[in-house]
This record gives sequence, C-alpha cells and structure tokens, in this order.
Amino acid sequence: MNKAAERLYNGFVKENPTFVLMLGMCPTLAVTTSAINGLGMGLTTMVVLALSNLFISLLRKIIPNRVRIPAFIVIIASFVTIVQLLLEAYLPFLNKSLGVYIPLIVVNCIILGRAEAYAYSNPPFASLFDGIGMGLGFSFALTCIGAVRELLGEGKFFGLTLLPDSFEPIGIFVQAPGAFFVLACLVALQNYIKGKRKKAGKPYEKIGSGCSEDCMNCSEQGCSRRFYDENAKSADSEKEGK
Amino acid sequence: MVAMGIHKIGEFLLLLVSTSLVSNVVLSQFLGLCPFLGVSRKVKTAGGMGVAVIFVITLASAVAGAINKFVLIKFNVQYLDTIVFILVIAALVQFVEMFLKKSMPSLYEALGVYLPLITTNCAVLGVAISNEQAEYGIGMGTLVGFGTAVGFTVAIVILAGIREKIEYNDVPESFKGMPMVLLTAGLMAIAFIGFSALSGAM
Repeated sequence: MNKAAERLYNGFVKENPTFVLMLGMCPTLAVTTSAINGLGMGLTTMVVLALSNLFISLLRKIIPNRVRIPAFIVIIASFVTIVQLLLEAYLPFLNKSLGVYIPLIVVNCIILGRAEAYAYSNPPFASLFDGIGMGLGFSFALTCIGAVRELLGEGKFFGLTLLPDSFEPIGIFVQAPGAFFVLACLVALQNYIKGKRKKAGKPYEKIGSGCSEDCMNCSEQGCSRRFYDENAKSADSEKEGK
Repeated sequence: MVAMGIHKIGEFLLLLVSTSLVSNVVLSQFLGLCPFLGVSRKVKTAGGMGVAVIFVITLASAVAGAINKFVLIKFNVQYLDTIVFILVIAALVQFVEMFLKKSMPSLYEALGVYLPLITTNCAVLGVAISNEQAEYGIGMGTLVGFGTAVGFTVAIVILAGIREKIEYNDVPESFKGMPMVLLTAGLMAIAFIGFSALSGAM
C-alpha cells in the first residue's frame, strides 16, 4: 500500500508532469481556456494514462524490446478510442469543447514517456498508481492554468462570476496568445526556482526546462522524442561500423 | 462553366489563406509546438524543417484521406480512425525516409534530419483527424493539409528570424531562453489574430 501512496505523491508533487517535468505542452496550452475544460482534459488523460500503464505493465514480458514503441502506441491509441467513444456517449459537451485534442492524447509525450520510463519495467499495481498519480498531477496543473486564464480573461471561476463588474476582463487571456503568456510566466518562475536551488547547492536536475527547450540535445528521461534520437544514433554507429 | 471555375479557384484560395494564416496551426491551434519551439534557433534550419513538414503533412493528409474513404468508411469502422492514422503516419514517415535515401539522396541530405522528428509532430495527426471530422474529400483534405503546413512554415521561419535578432538582448535572468521565446510566440499570435478580419472581408 505504501508503494501506491509513494507513486501518487511522486506524480502529483515530486515529478508533476506540467510544473516540474514540463511534458505534454500542446494540450496544456490548447484546452485551458477555462478551468472546467482543463479539468476535463486532465481527467481524460488520467484515465488513458492509468489504463495504458496497467496494460503495458501486464504485457511487459510479452512485448519484444525491438517493437515496444509501436506496441505502446497501439495500446495507447486503443484506450484513447475507448475513452473518446465513452465521452461522446455520456459527456457530449466535454467532447465538443475538447474536440480534436481528445484523439491527440495518443501523441501526448507524458503517456509514451511513462510507458517507457516506468510501466515497461515495473509491476502492474505500482504502474497503475504511477499513471493515476501522474494523471492527477496533470489534471491539477491544467485546472490551475485554466482557472488563471478564465479569471483574467472572463472574470469567472468554473463559470461563476467572481470579479466585480468594475474589472474589465482581459479578453486576450482566453484566446491563443494568453496561453503563451501564461506558460512563459510559468517557465520563468521555474527558471527562478531552479536558479535559487543552484545557488543554494540543492539538487535541481529533476526540474525540466520544457521538452521544447532544445529537442536535439534534450536530456529528459521520460520524453518520447529520445527514442527516435537514440534510434538515429544507433543507426549512425551501425553505418560507421560498415 | 468558366464562372464556376473561377468561383472554385477563389474558394481554394480562400481555403489556403484561412488554413495557413487565419487559423494558423501553431499560433491558434497549438499543434506542432515541440518543433516550433525546438527547431527555431536559426532561420536556415527552421526553413528546412518547414519544407519537410509541408512535404510530410501534404502526403499524410492525402494518404489518410484515401484510407478514410476506401477502408474506414467502406467497412464502416470509422471508430478505428485514431489507431489506423497514427500507425499509417508513422509507417509513411519511415517509408518516405527510406525512399528519399535510396532515390533522391540530395533531397534526403536536406530533409533527412527532420523526418524522424516529424513522426511525433502532432500537427500531422491533427490535420488527418480534423479533415475526417469535417468530412473533406481526398483532394480538399490534401489542400487543407498543404495550407496548414504552409502556415506552420510561415510561423516557424518568422519566429526563427525574431530569435536570431533577440538572442543577444538583455533580458531578466529568469526570462532567458524559453520564456522569451514563448512571449515572442504570444505576440506573434496576437498579430495573427489580425488575419481573422481577412476571412470576413473575403
């Protein structure tokens, strides 16, 4: 039972996918126009993440190492399809507001990253809770970003009007540019914390600076991009060998 | 007949403008952010990435449209779209890479580095799926794919140009690097909102 709690804490706080690792930025920016959209996207991703982690972990001894990435993608895509059909049937308003971003959960690097970094080498129970923890962390982050954008852009919080009429909503924050500005401030804050920890001599390597910082020289363990790079490298060395 | 032809061409142009500028794939839909932010240090590499993306997205939306029409709809299995499209796109990129390596080495030299990176570009899958949802035919879907990819190229080349200029500017320590790039992208997004008036005027 301790293991489950540890995985939940790890996903929610220590390795929060958005605030600490900075993974899966596309949906983070696209759907966080309001708190409820952020929460919906986060929970949808959590379900896919937990189930795909569980299944990949169950099948980890059967899936051959060489074809693991395509196998992961098929498993993830199947769960995304199931979740998409369920949303269409039971929560049509959410399905409509999230639109094309639901099928795009397949290419979210958090999911492939956790499959590779955790589920493929750990038992099913811990993997399931790893997925739930990561998913909760992601949901929490998306809800926060969505709430900030909704509050600044419409003066509302979860659809309830909070700010008085004298507050002029800054409409740009619910539109595309607002997402970039909010994320810029978030990354700047992260850089600030990182710089402080560096000065104080505390560990800071875990704090990512965004999978988008420099894809070519990225050192992020969990990012799916790495596998392509590694494949490219091994192909190059093979060539040189010949 | 001629009038209809002109009308058609006008429609195509409008479609190109609206997919590439008005609803720009990166700046208003947030698809393909990773390469947009990651490969935009130099105008030259950004241009190379842009050309590779145009090539792959146009091809992929044509292939995805064909598969949608001749396989998914024919056998009434549209619910398999996500799985089929992602596998087809991954296989297509691999295939294009092998094909270029064998038959057009000069083009491969220019685009080869970027091709593996495009598999994880969510814009490719995004275009295929939104084409399917909008029920575009193969030709129309390919055109939309081309327009979207041109929009990506325009955005990434502009961003790279700005990044080259602001590289040595004096910005606050915490805002160095990524945050500055994101702020630039935000300002670009504001500029691109201006294009939405264009589609209304036409």
